[in-house]
Amino acid sequence: MLKVVGMENKDKSNMGRDVIFRIKRFDGEKSYWSDFVVPAQKGMTVLEGLYYIKGTYDGSLSFRASCRMGICGSCAMKINDKPRLACETQILQLNSSKIKIEPLDNFRVLKDLITDFEGFFAKHEAVKPYLIRKDDNYAEPVELIQKPEELHAYYDFTLCIKCGACFSVCPAAATRDDYLGPAAMAAAYRFNIDTRDEGRDERMFMVCSDVGVWRCHFAAECSEVCPKNIEPAKAIQKLRFQAAVHMIKKALKRW
Amino acid sequence: MRIRNDILIVGAGIAGMRAAIAAAEVSRELSIAILAKTYPIRCHSVCAEGGTAAVMREGDSFDLHAWDTIKGSDFLADQDAVEFFVREMPKEILRLDNWGCPWSRTEDGKIAQRPFGGHSFNRTVFAADRTGFHEVHTLYERMISYPNIVRFDEYFMTSLIIENDEVKGITAIDLRSGEIVLFEAKAVIMATGGAGRLFGFTTYSHQVTGDGLAVAYRAGVPLKDMEFFQFHPTGLIPSGILMTEACRGEGGYLKNKDGQRFMERYAPEKMELAPRDVVSRSMWTEIIEGRGFDSPYGPYIALDLTHLGEDRINERLPMIRDAAIKFAGVDPVEEPIPVRPVAHYTMGGIHANMYCETPIRGLYAAGEAACVSVHGANRLGSNSTAECLVFGRVAGERAAEYAMNKSYYPCTKAIEEEEKRIASLFKEKGDESAYQIKAKLNQTMDKNLWIFRDENGLIEAVKKIKELKERFKNVSITDKSKSFNTDLIFTIEVGYMLDLAEIVAIGALNRRESRGAHYRIDYPKRDDVNWLKHTLAYYTKDGPRFDYIPVTITKWEPVERRY
Repeated sequence: MLKVVGMENKDKSNMGRDVIFRIKRFDGEKSYWSDFVVPAQKGMTVLEGLYYIKGTYDGSLSFRASCRMGICGSCAMKINDKPRLACETQILQLNSSKIKIEPLDNFRVLKDLITDFEGFFAKHEAVKPYLIRKDDNYAEPVELIQKPEELHAYYDFTLCIKCGACFSVCPAAATRDDYLGPAAMAAAYRFNIDTRDEGRDERMFMVCSDVGVWRCHFAAECSEVCPKNIEPAKAIQKLRFQAAVHMIKKALKRW
Repeated sequence: MRIRNDILIVGAGIAGMRAAIAAAEVSRELSIAILAKTYPIRCHSVCAEGGTAAVMREGDSFDLHAWDTIKGSDFLADQDAVEFFVREMPKEILRLDNWGCPWSRTEDGKIAQRPFGGHSFNRTVFAADRTGFHEVHTLYERMISYPNIVRFDEYFMTSLIIENDEVKGITAIDLRSGEIVLFEAKAVIMATGGAGRLFGFTTYSHQVTGDGLAVAYRAGVPLKDMEFFQFHPTGLIPSGILMTEACRGEGGYLKNKDGQRFMERYAPEKMELAPRDVVSRSMWTEIIEGRGFDSPYGPYIALDLTHLGEDRINERLPMIRDAAIKFAGVDPVEEPIPVRPVAHYTMGGIHANMYCETPIRGLYAAGEAACVSVHGANRLGSNSTAECLVFGRVAGERAAEYAMNKSYYPCTKAIEEEEKRIASLFKEKGDESAYQIKAKLNQTMDKNLWIFRDENGLIEAVKKIKELKERFKNVSITDKSKSFNTDLIFTIEVGYMLDLAEIVAIGALNRRESRGAHYRIDYPKRDDVNWLKHTLAYYTKDGPRFDYIPVTITKWEPVERRY
C-alpha cells in the first residue's frame, strides 16, 4: 500500500472535500507515483492543488506554470487521462476522489510533469510562422487595410497558446518523431490565409515535405483536446488543399 | 560555462523581444542573446488584455495623450520622457500590423480604437481582449526570423555583474542542467517585468517575482519610485484574474449592493473611466463603508456588462466571458461579474532615463522593470504595453550602438564564486519554509501596503518584513537535485521579493503625502512643495538607503486632478 502524504493530519473542518492527487514523478532516472491529499474547495483548480502540495508536503514536486488564466500555455498535463490546462481545470468538477496527473504524452519527460518542448518549438519555427511581405519597411511602416471578415477568416487560428495538448494526442506524432504536428500546421495555415501575407510559397516547402501535412492521419484528436478550441484538424484539412494546389502549380511550372 | 554575446537581454516579454528586434535591425552583425526563465510566449505580457494607446486619428494629438498621461501620473511622470513616448507610439502600432498582429478592425478595415480610463480620446488600439497575447506572439514570430538573435529559454538569472561602474554580464542557472552559466556581454538590457507577486491578491502570473529589479538593486543599481504600486479596479474574485478595463471602455458599469453606479459620487465626469487609482479608491471606500456585496471570498463590487448584449461581449470581450465562466462560474451576458481592486502594476523600477540608460555604463532597462518614468505615481490603462514597445525599441537601439563602439573586456568574476553562493543556500539544518515566508509576506503586503496606507500599518509592515528576512536566513530547500530544481528557484525568488518588499514599505513610510496610487490616510493631500520628487533606493547591507531627485517638468505645471 502506498503512503498517502497528508492523510495523517487532514483538516476535517474544511468545506469541500479531500481529494487524492496521484502524480507520476520522474527524477531523471526512475519513474514512480506519489499520492497527496488536497483539501479541495469549490473553485479550486488542479494547479492550485499542485501549488498546495509543493508548499505543504513536497517542495521537490516540479511543474511549469505561470499565468494561471489559460493564456500562457505552460501547464498542460494529463489529468485523468486527458490533456488539459491545470490552471483552468477545477478539482471538484472532475468528480473523482482520486485525480491522476501525468506529464503529456509524445514529449520526453525531464522531471515530474516537466517535458521537453525544444523540439515542439523548433517545429513551429520550421514552418516560418510569421508574416512575410515583399516590401517589409522597418523604418516607415504603413497601415495595412484588413476588413473584419478577412480578419475573422484566420483569427481563431491565432489563438494557439502552444501548450502541446494537440501534439500529445496526435497518433501521427506518436509514430513519427519528426512530424511537425498540429500546432505547427495550424500556424502555417493561419499565415497563409492572412490577407497581409505574401509568403505562402516559402512556407509550403516545409508544409508539403515528408514531415508535413501528408503525415496527418485525420484522427482529429487534436481538435478534441485543444483548450482554445482552435480546431487544428480543420486547419490541416484546408492546408492539404493548399498543398495540393501548390504541388500541381510547381509540377506545371517544371513541365 | 561562459557564453559571450554583444548584447544580452534578460526577460522575453514585450519589452525584451522588442529590444532584440530593434538591436537586430541596427546590425545583422551583432550577436544578440535573449534569456528568460520561461519560454518567451509564457511571459506575463500575454496577460495584458485591453489595449495599447497611440495617437492614430484626426481629433487626437500628441499633446493630448501626453497631458492625459501626465495628469494620470499625478504629475510625477518626467514630461520630456512622456512627450517622446507618445510621439514614438503610432509607428509601433503600424510595425506590429506589418508583422502580423491581428488588430481589431473598423468596418472599412482600418485599425480600431476603443475608450480607456483617463484618456480623453478613444485611442486604445486592441486585438479583442487579448492584446498582450497577440503582441507577444507577433513579436515572437517576428523575432525568430532574425538569424542573429539567439534564445536562451528557461535560464534563471542569479546575479548581475558590474565592475568599475560598467556592466559585464550576468550569471544564470540553466534550469535544465542546473549548471551556473556566466553570460558575458558588452551591453545588458533588463526587461524582466514588475514585482506583482509581492501581493497575494494580484493579477500577476506566478513568475513575476521582480528578479531583475532585485538583482540590479543588489548589484548597486538604484530602484526608483517603488512605493507606487497600481491597484487595478477589477480583479475577479477569488483568483484575482484581470477583468480588463475594456469592460468599462466598452460601456460596463460598476455597481454597489444598492444597485448604484457609485462612481457618480467620486468622478462625475469620467465615471467608470476615471484613472485606476481613483476608481480603486472609490471601490474600496464603498467596500469599507459596507456597500459591497457579501460572498464567501469577502466583499465585492459588481462589474455589470449585461446591458452590452451577447454579440458585443462575444466580439469585444470574448476572453473575459470565458474567464468569468471558467473561474467564477458567472456568465457576464447573464449576470454581473464579482470583482475587487487587485495588485496589478509596478510603477517603480530600475532607475533609467528616457534613453533607457541606467547609472551603469552598458546597462539598460525597459518595460515594467524600468522606471523611466512615464507613469509617475499612477499609470493609465493601455500605456504599459505601449511603454514596452517604445522603450524596448529604444533600449535595443541604444544597446546596439553602445556595443558596436565597444571592445570586450573580459569579466574577472569567477563562476565558482556564484556556484558557492548558490550552494550555500542548501543549508543542512534550515528549518524555515520559503513557501510559508512568502505566504506571510503576501499577507503583510495585502494588509499594510494596500490601497489605503497609514504610518502605523507601514511601521508594522517594515517590522514584519525584517522579521521575514531574518527567518529567510534559515530557509531549507527540500529538493537537492540539479535539473529543474523549482524548489531552489522559488526560494531564490522569495529572497528577491523580501528585498523589494522592504524598499516598497520603507519608501511608502517615508513619503508623507498622497499621490496617485500611493494614498496615506494620515497625509491625504498631495504635497508638491516637499514631495514632487522621485524616490531612489540604494542597496546597503543594512537595508535600503534613500535619496530623491527632481521631476522633469516641460510645459504642464501640476494642478489639482479632477475627473
